[in-house]
Amino acid sequence: MNFFALAVVKAVDSGTKMEIGDAAITAIFGYAVVFFGLVLLMAVLYITGAIFSNKEKKSAEKEKTAPAKPVETAPAPVPKPEPVLAKGSAGHIKLHDVPDKEAAMIMAIVADTLQTPLNELHFISIKEVNKK
Amino acid sequence: MDILQTLTDLWESSGFHSFLVDGGWKNLIMIVVACALLYLGIKKKFEPLLLVGIAFGCLLVNLSYFTPESTDALYHPELWSAFLDKESEFYHSYGHVMANGGLLDILYIGVKAGIYPSLIFMGVGAMTDFGPLISNPKSLLLGAAAQMGVFLAFFGAVLLGFTGNQAAAIGIIGGADGPTAIFLTTKLAPELLGPIAIAAYSYMALIPMIQPPLMRLLTTEKERKVKMEQNRVVSKTEKILFPIIVAMFVILLLPSTAPLIGCLMLGNLWRECGVTERLSDTVQNALMNIVTVFLGISVGATTAADSFLNLQTLFIILLGLTAFCFSTVGGLLVGKLMYVLTGGKINPLIGSAGVSAVPMAARVSQVEGQKANPSNFLLMHAMGPNVAGVIGSAIAAGFLLAVFG
Repeated sequence: MNFFALAVVKAVDSGTKMEIGDAAITAIFGYAVVFFGLVLLMAVLYITGAIFSNKEKKSAEKEKTAPAKPVETAPAPVPKPEPVLAKGSAGHIKLHDVPDKEAAMIMAIVADTLQTPLNELHFISIKEVNKK
Repeated sequence: MDILQTLTDLWESSGFHSFLVDGGWKNLIMIVVACALLYLGIKKKFEPLLLVGIAFGCLLVNLSYFTPESTDALYHPELWSAFLDKESEFYHSYGHVMANGGLLDILYIGVKAGIYPSLIFMGVGAMTDFGPLISNPKSLLLGAAAQMGVFLAFFGAVLLGFTGNQAAAIGIIGGADGPTAIFLTTKLAPELLGPIAIAAYSYMALIPMIQPPLMRLLTTEKERKVKMEQNRVVSKTEKILFPIIVAMFVILLLPSTAPLIGCLMLGNLWRECGVTERLSDTVQNALMNIVTVFLGISVGATTAADSFLNLQTLFIILLGLTAFCFSTVGGLLVGKLMYVLTGGKINPLIGSAGVSAVPMAARVSQVEGQKANPSNFLLMHAMGPNVAGVIGSAIAAGFLLAVFG
């Protein structure tokens, strides 16, 4: 048993009925422990997040300050091989001015609205409609 | 051969005869309950993967167990009473259960030992992307706030006369996390496992009906319309470090959370580390399905008529609903507070996703947000509090286990 438990356990005999006051203390203390644990975890995540953000910034700055690479003659463009379809795939989808992430989101929303699994739907293309 | 005597013996050994003697009518009621649960699972799609198994387990036990003398029963409550009785010579004797139990007794060992809920957590970890939480650690506050229902229901259960152990097990329904509820209940109040598991899974399925009225009641139109900024991109290294850090941190803080948090984070590490795709795939699919089969049917087996048909079950159903509602309210209130403190940058609707129920609660936030503002996409923002709720409910369970275990 750890120190959190020890703090309230004297008031609690687990197998019998509890006093209302003891129950109130246990409930408040328990809620506080959950907050305490997650707030500490939040602090840890902020620290690690800050470390990684700094690292990214530094590497971005390094790239900026680095001397420009000599321009190499571009090799002849190699035709892109057709990507291999995943097993069970319904084929490719054409995206017109729509980023991959937004397309994925749209497909997920359509599947959810229709209450149909995504693998049973076949999207042919997604195009951004300009309202102007 | 005495044909008449043989026919009489056959009749007396049949379940039909048992319905007519020694409170056998209770089994009939439980069979109706099991059929109602099957209807909810199959027709209404209430958490069908588990509820269908639970309902069928309930049906099987009430068709085969009438009295302790029912030798052909699939599940024997008296074996488990002896297992828990410190005075009994069979106290904590799995051997006694193995030697004398039916099929469901043997499957139930996995529940009793806390194996199935932990393995389910491993699968949940392998299926969960913690990216939204890592990119917005404030989400953890919402996950913590949404545990309010756990402790209010605990307090309510004590007021209604439940023991500390039982109240703790009932309270955890508010965590909206089935495996955690089953894990804690088997440790603290195994006699209540049937009603608690059924309440937990039924309410989780009812989240799209329970939460929206509370969300609309506690937020203004202006708050619901808030569009949140896109979160930063999380690097692969951060995602790999996250499960390791959380496991070390939470288990050191509350050692009793080790089985749940340990398995959750191991599953997530397999998913994120990039070198164990096979294991991640197995845990997410094959293992998860196998464990779900065993968990559902063996939890259903604990709903023997004598232990289920009483006033306690009714109280548990009511307290479970209260717990769910207050957990939603807790998340929403802290969401509103964050809305004020950030100058309107946080949509309070994501607070209700702090109850675990991944990803159902996050989807409800998304739907409500879009009703207020059709160009609002809250799903990824709500996934942060949603997965924080999983960690929060495991910590709440760990605390209750440390105090009452």
